[in-house]
Amino acid sequence: MSKTPVQFRHNGVDVAVFVDGGANLLTAIREGVGDTAPKFGCGQGTCGVCTVLIDGEPHLSCITLAEAVAGRSVETADGLKNGPDLHPLQRAFMEHFAAQCGFCTPGMLMAAKALLDKNPAPSRAEVVEAIGGNICRCTGYEPIINAVLAAASAGPGRQRA
Amino acid sequence: MAKHRGRGMAAINYPIGMNLGGDPSQALVHSNPSGKFTVALSSIDLGQGMKSVTRQICAETLGVPVEDVYVDTADSDTGPHCMGSFASRGTHRVGNAVMAAAREARGVMMEAAAEELEVNASDLETDGRGNIHVKGAPHRSIAVKDVAIAAQFKQGKTISGRGIFLVPLSEVDPETGEMSPATCYAHACLVAEIEVDDETGEVAMVRMDSAYELGRALNPKLVEQQLVGGAWMGVSHALYETPEPYYPDPSHGPRDFNEYVMPGPGDICPHDIAVLERPAPDGPFGGKGPGEMCANPVLPAVANAIFNAIGVRINDLPITPEKVLRALKAQGGARPQARR
Repeated sequence: MSKTPVQFRHNGVDVAVFVDGGANLLTAIREGVGDTAPKFGCGQGTCGVCTVLIDGEPHLSCITLAEAVAGRSVETADGLKNGPDLHPLQRAFMEHFAAQCGFCTPGMLMAAKALLDKNPAPSRAEVVEAIGGNICRCTGYEPIINAVLAAASAGPGRQRA
Repeated sequence: MAKHRGRGMAAINYPIGMNLGGDPSQALVHSNPSGKFTVALSSIDLGQGMKSVTRQICAETLGVPVEDVYVDTADSDTGPHCMGSFASRGTHRVGNAVMAAAREARGVMMEAAAEELEVNASDLETDGRGNIHVKGAPHRSIAVKDVAIAAQFKQGKTISGRGIFLVPLSEVDPETGEMSPATCYAHACLVAEIEVDDETGEVAMVRMDSAYELGRALNPKLVEQQLVGGAWMGVSHALYETPEPYYPDPSHGPRDFNEYVMPGPGDICPHDIAVLERPAPDGPFGGKGPGEMCANPVLPAVANAIFNAIGVRINDLPITPEKVLRALKAQGGARPQARR
């Protein structure tokens, strides 16, 4: 089967990958780009571990066609850190013990980032709503919600330019 | 049609580890020439923090900073034997093995230091910051790093230790069936408050209050994390998760996360936890471990709370809306019990 070239921005860097017709974005990111931060969970858009941002909006990359992101900007959890400096959300997740096995964490981080980028001071209900499509098996969600609220209350300047 | 509040309580005890073939776990501890220590295990950290806790146990026993210990759980083909990470046994069983291994390694380390300082090993102590000195004379001191270099390149010693946890196999009394399957128990008590919608059959968690007794909490944050998350998994087992939800034919069972229902972040409730610490005599620094026990009291407490709310006893799990509605229909409606 012939492959299709797809060009997009991946965490601020232009990339080009060849994908099979009908391939999903998650495969293009993990196997084409080599960024394994987004995880493969259910493969049908019900668990949230594959969440990435496309032009700032959260999307489930396992049910997004790779070709649909041509020319657009994709962000994954791998792009959150700035050199050795962790993103405030990553720091808050560490400080609030918001990860145990860690498998849901990349999806939780991106769902939370999409929220905080738009709404720097969300309510608890808004945080719950934002991560409502992400399943966590270990934490009981409470530490994750607390971490997102803490990252939000870290105040202005927390977002990297 | 109404919503009914109910409260239920459950108290449990939970054996730490098991006694099949003595429940063994082994650990090996050795120093590198840099004076850092490696703990070799075949035990797996499933995310609850066994690597963190065994690292603490090793550092505390050796008398070195926790940063100087690395726990390697790489490979069960090449590592020392472990029964596995289950039965809430990691902290207690593996911790005991690590403690024994670290104690033996500490003995070699102190002998090597004694040779360098030209004193008797029994006169030496560690400062916990990476140095060994003569008791009462801190200026007569040597860094653990220099001891490791001397042992490796001058004395021809390996600073290492072996440890195993093993309990004698408990025989079963053929007359009474009596045996001692475990060496220590953790305990928990939990009160669940719920709300049943008698129109939809849905059960919503309102709040939980619990007390857990789990020996010494070797890492309080990890214990808290385990209790919060584990109790929530108990709720999931009590109300949501099942491979055969409603019908006798397994082909009607769930195939994916659309049908295998789990609670999401919108379903959680406040949970107040008290941790009671009664150090276990045979635990590493008194630790037993929270393990699976954190989920267990939730299930009977929720079932009891549902009885309290609507007067029906549902004896199989999970207590799905369909089971609640069927039970209400059979009973002829909700019969709220006395509020306790």
